[in-house]
Amino acid sequence: MEKKATRFGYGEAIVELGKKNKNIVVLSADVTESTASHLFAKEFPERFFNVGISEQDLICEAAGLSLTGKIPFISAYSIFATGRAWEQIRNTVGYSHLNVKIVGTHAGLLVGPDGATHQALEDIALMRVIPNMKVVVPCDYIEAKKATELLAKDIGPAFLRLGRANMPIITNESCDFELGKAKIMKEGADATIFACGVMVSEALKAAEILAHEHISIEVVNIHTVKPIDRQAIVKFAMKTGAVVTAEEHQVSGGFGSAVLEVLTTSEDLTRFVPVEMVGMQDCFGESGLPYGLLAQYGLTDVEVVKAVKKVLQRKR
Amino acid sequence: MEINIKKFVELGKTVRKDIINMLFCAGSGHPGGSLSCVELMVALYFKYLKHHSENPEWSERDMVVFSKGHVCPTLYSCLARSGYFPTDELDTLRQSCSRLQGHPSSVSELPGVEVATGSLGQGLSIASGMAIGFKLDKKDSKAYALLGDGELQSGQIWEAVMTAAQFKLNNLCAIVDNNKIQIDGFTEDIKSVEPLASKFKSFGWHVLEVDGHKYSEIFAAYDEFLAANLDKPTVIIAETIKGKGVSFMENKAGWHGKAPNSEEKELALQEIEEKDLGV
Repeated sequence: MEKKATRFGYGEAIVELGKKNKNIVVLSADVTESTASHLFAKEFPERFFNVGISEQDLICEAAGLSLTGKIPFISAYSIFATGRAWEQIRNTVGYSHLNVKIVGTHAGLLVGPDGATHQALEDIALMRVIPNMKVVVPCDYIEAKKATELLAKDIGPAFLRLGRANMPIITNESCDFELGKAKIMKEGADATIFACGVMVSEALKAAEILAHEHISIEVVNIHTVKPIDRQAIVKFAMKTGAVVTAEEHQVSGGFGSAVLEVLTTSEDLTRFVPVEMVGMQDCFGESGLPYGLLAQYGLTDVEVVKAVKKVLQRKR
Repeated sequence: MEINIKKFVELGKTVRKDIINMLFCAGSGHPGGSLSCVELMVALYFKYLKHHSENPEWSERDMVVFSKGHVCPTLYSCLARSGYFPTDELDTLRQSCSRLQGHPSSVSELPGVEVATGSLGQGLSIASGMAIGFKLDKKDSKAYALLGDGELQSGQIWEAVMTAAQFKLNNLCAIVDNNKIQIDGFTEDIKSVEPLASKFKSFGWHVLEVDGHKYSEIFAAYDEFLAANLDKPTVIIAETIKGKGVSFMENKAGWHGKAPNSEEKELALQEIEEKDLGV
């Protein structure tokens, strides 16, 4: 299976967007090549701004640019863009509903050897609690490209969460991709896995493993964590009656929590549906090989299989 | 007094009276810093700023960011007196459903407010981003940011200072209302930001120092910013007095964030009416 990092999907898409729309500008904080924004910088040097290692300034410079009609894409490591500059994002970008796109690369454990300080495992939580903010976590390189294109057209603040390491390409150019719409990756009857980012491909692998044991799994890709597709989540939860959430992020406050919020507040969920959550269990990561870390911290197909079996036991 | 100056002295009185009345009606708010920047903002809004109150979204306008957003009574008064909205609305400051939020908000859709501010330290970056945007569009518009001396303790200010110098933003003007007092007391005693002029100079800025309560000096500074053909941003460092114009509020940290009561309001209004400030 072909593999490519989601950051390159953004990096390539933003160049094409730049050719079509002169209002697109890109800002970086000294991580131009690793965030794949060097392609844009080379093509449009006059529309590329590197503010150095100052993420708080970065967010607000972009805010100012958006107020003059520009469409700024901020390229920075997710931990610093969303963490260090959270209050700037909340008070300046979110509150004023500014058209600023925050592209956080190097999210999750897949950062690998750089270790815990650089592995953003709280960024979905941090961004999704801000009113007006859209949160998109593509499952592969192709979705990252499509998300970049759609966010450029969408008006308002958004966070695009991307990874550093190569990830399997599991969609193709002709697949539908609509912001806010869940996407069925595999149909099944016994349990539903809701996943985002790299965990979508892990969930698909888990479904294959379980198929050998005659367990039929539905895999649903929730690339848009906010606004979340409530209707689809309730529908697929009702269909199988058992749910597993999977994310490369802390289990509290992030994607899984967003799914739980839907399930626990929905009037249409008319039966008990047990949920198991796969994700970081309230701990920090460490240095290691990207996929080695996923295994070490329980974020692979194996753990998803375990979670499915557990949830099936709880299913009434 | 020159006729030219007299007009601004009277405008200053009007704005100061608005501030006192607004804060009295609201029952809370920030008189000290609102009063210290009156001359600076009256000169900007009524003499230099390129704007049209009847067309707030005019694409060629200059933009102002009140980075020290807590002094929004001054902003609201300048906007109302420029015709952006009825002056009656000033009495609604800080009240439920008012467009005059306790810190400036663009969500409440008050015409003339470009962006929400109030979280200190962020406004210079925003104005710097605006200045970059103007340059991209080859517009002659200017970006102004009103800063307090206290907020210069914020690291982000100096991030923006470096960014603006790096990108040679000669269409950006920072105005420091150096009233030397923050909530907890004198800036000097808490964490000194001085020497300001040499700090900004060493960061590559064009520095102008003025008496912030003297129109002749303020006008000269704005004139120089607009006329100077430099490749660097400009900062106007204005020596001001917190609470200026109301003697019992002057230089008192206690009046940073406290509204006058009925008696204090009357005393303040009377004093403002009697004194010609700005000359």
